[in-house]
Amino acid sequence: MEQSNMSVNKPARTGINFVMLGLAALGGCVLLGVLGAFKYLYPEALPGFEFHQLRPIHVSLAVSWIFLAAIGGIYHYLPHYRGIKLKWPGSVDIHFWVFLGTGLLILGAYLMGNFGGREYWAYPPSLSIPIFATWIFFGIHILLSMRQEKEPWPVYYWMWMTGIIFFLITFSEAYLYLVPFFNENVIRETTIQWKSYGALVGSWNMLVYGTAMFVMERISGDKKMAHTNEAFLLYILSFIALMVGWSHHIYAVPSATWIRMLGYAVSMAELAILAHIIWEWRKSLTPDQKHAHLISYRFIFASDIWVFLNLILAILMSIPAFNLFSHGTHITVAHAMGTTIGINTMILMGSVFLMVENLCGSRFAGWSKKWAGHGFWISNVSLIVFLGALMIAGSMEAFIAWEDFYEKTEAVVPFLLAFSVSGIGLLGGLWMVVVSALNMLMPVDPREQIAPANTE
Amino acid sequence: MTEHQPWRRFLFLALFVSFFFYSASVYTSGTALNTAPAASDAALRGQTLFRENNCWACHQIYGLGGYMGPDLTNVVIDPNLGPDYARLFIEEGTDRMPNFEFNETEVDDIIAYLEYAGAAGNYNPKKGELTWYGTVEYER
Repeated sequence: MEQSNMSVNKPARTGINFVMLGLAALGGCVLLGVLGAFKYLYPEALPGFEFHQLRPIHVSLAVSWIFLAAIGGIYHYLPHYRGIKLKWPGSVDIHFWVFLGTGLLILGAYLMGNFGGREYWAYPPSLSIPIFATWIFFGIHILLSMRQEKEPWPVYYWMWMTGIIFFLITFSEAYLYLVPFFNENVIRETTIQWKSYGALVGSWNMLVYGTAMFVMERISGDKKMAHTNEAFLLYILSFIALMVGWSHHIYAVPSATWIRMLGYAVSMAELAILAHIIWEWRKSLTPDQKHAHLISYRFIFASDIWVFLNLILAILMSIPAFNLFSHGTHITVAHAMGTTIGINTMILMGSVFLMVENLCGSRFAGWSKKWAGHGFWISNVSLIVFLGALMIAGSMEAFIAWEDFYEKTEAVVPFLLAFSVSGIGLLGGLWMVVVSALNMLMPVDPREQIAPANTE
Repeated sequence: MTEHQPWRRFLFLALFVSFFFYSASVYTSGTALNTAPAASDAALRGQTLFRENNCWACHQIYGLGGYMGPDLTNVVIDPNLGPDYARLFIEEGTDRMPNFEFNETEVDDIIAYLEYAGAAGNYNPKKGELTWYGTVEYER
């Protein structure tokens, strides 16, 4: 790997700004998550803020973190590491400000109780127009830029391209309820809403797994790994899962049986292949390489462990006989949180600290490095308790015959309290990591950009 | 571009095209409404109110949504609960649900939507029957 280089051109710097905004969104997301968890347990707490307002803010910030970190990585990695000259460098700044402006409008809409959609896109539909427009521009821009690549396309180019294209498709699908043909049939409306959300997760997985491949390639220095047939197989399986894997979410919706059976058949095979690739990558590292990028390596390593744990749950949930009981319980929440925090966040943090370690070199030391290291452990240990508590609560909801909703809700309170308290640990750990990364990614004195800053 | 890329490009295009055929099938035959009457105007207005007040954040239809409140798929058509039971909650709120101050027409619309959702299918997964190969057959 090359040594630190503080000289970053303008679009690559804006890429870092996307990542920094994403880190801020993650910080807000975990805070709102903890507040929402306590609001769930103690509805009279936080007067003036209702759960139906806190939850969409939390979810939107989580989605923002994933997309901002992935987009920022692409904008940064293409010019800074791959030597690609972005076609329209000035547009990167416009994309950033439109994203930030739209995000603030969405936040304002939620706080005023002005909703319109559902789940990931619960804000009024008109606010999706700037997101849609800038994403089209972003997609064309990145595709045209990647076409300049003289080398064969590594698999992460394919993944990024597919993620970008399918985000547009799924984002459009999420608004089909505005068309009467879809809105006037509750089965169609529900099925397609969840088709779009499932494929949306598939599209961001493409961006995130592509980023994981890139980070692993940079850390290991093995340029062949992103060109192997195995890596391409992972991409194809992720693609198929994106297309049909969503259907395990709607086993309980009375749509056609073939939709559910197809999803069951495809299951979550992509995670198994990803776990295998990460495992092989770890074996290829020498001790020196591991220590050269310790924080970024730790996060990717952690994602490896979480992939295995989530894989078990995901496969169980895609078996209809298990899904029958787990559906609509906190097991589903454990699945969503486990993949979002354990896999996506860990991989993206690996990407963030790859930037930090390469850009800052030996300047990444002192309290910043300590906070990143301690935050890593605090967040991961908290996540174990967090997911364990959700699994116990969800299992009780699923497998005990309750008289009614209220009896069930009361019975799981102790476990949801453990979940909420461990959420505070997760908040503390992730905030330490976020503050450490933000501190290192802040623009430095222009004079420092001439040469690496090895001040410590 | 390498010698590997043409077939990779072909594979991408094949999957991309098949996605559109698959989606078209889901949009049409896969989600045809077989068991319920078409939605009334009141039910459609109720559905919009459900969205605009983010009821999904706390409630579920077919087990999809938030968990702060109960699944509402069959509340209105359940002979032990029914529209009056639902109306009481919607009009008054509870310690876990704010009073949204819906007017009488809006409450009627939301109840019409819930009635329509309930008529379209039954969400009672615990009454399913397991098959030997791991799937479930349950009452729709």
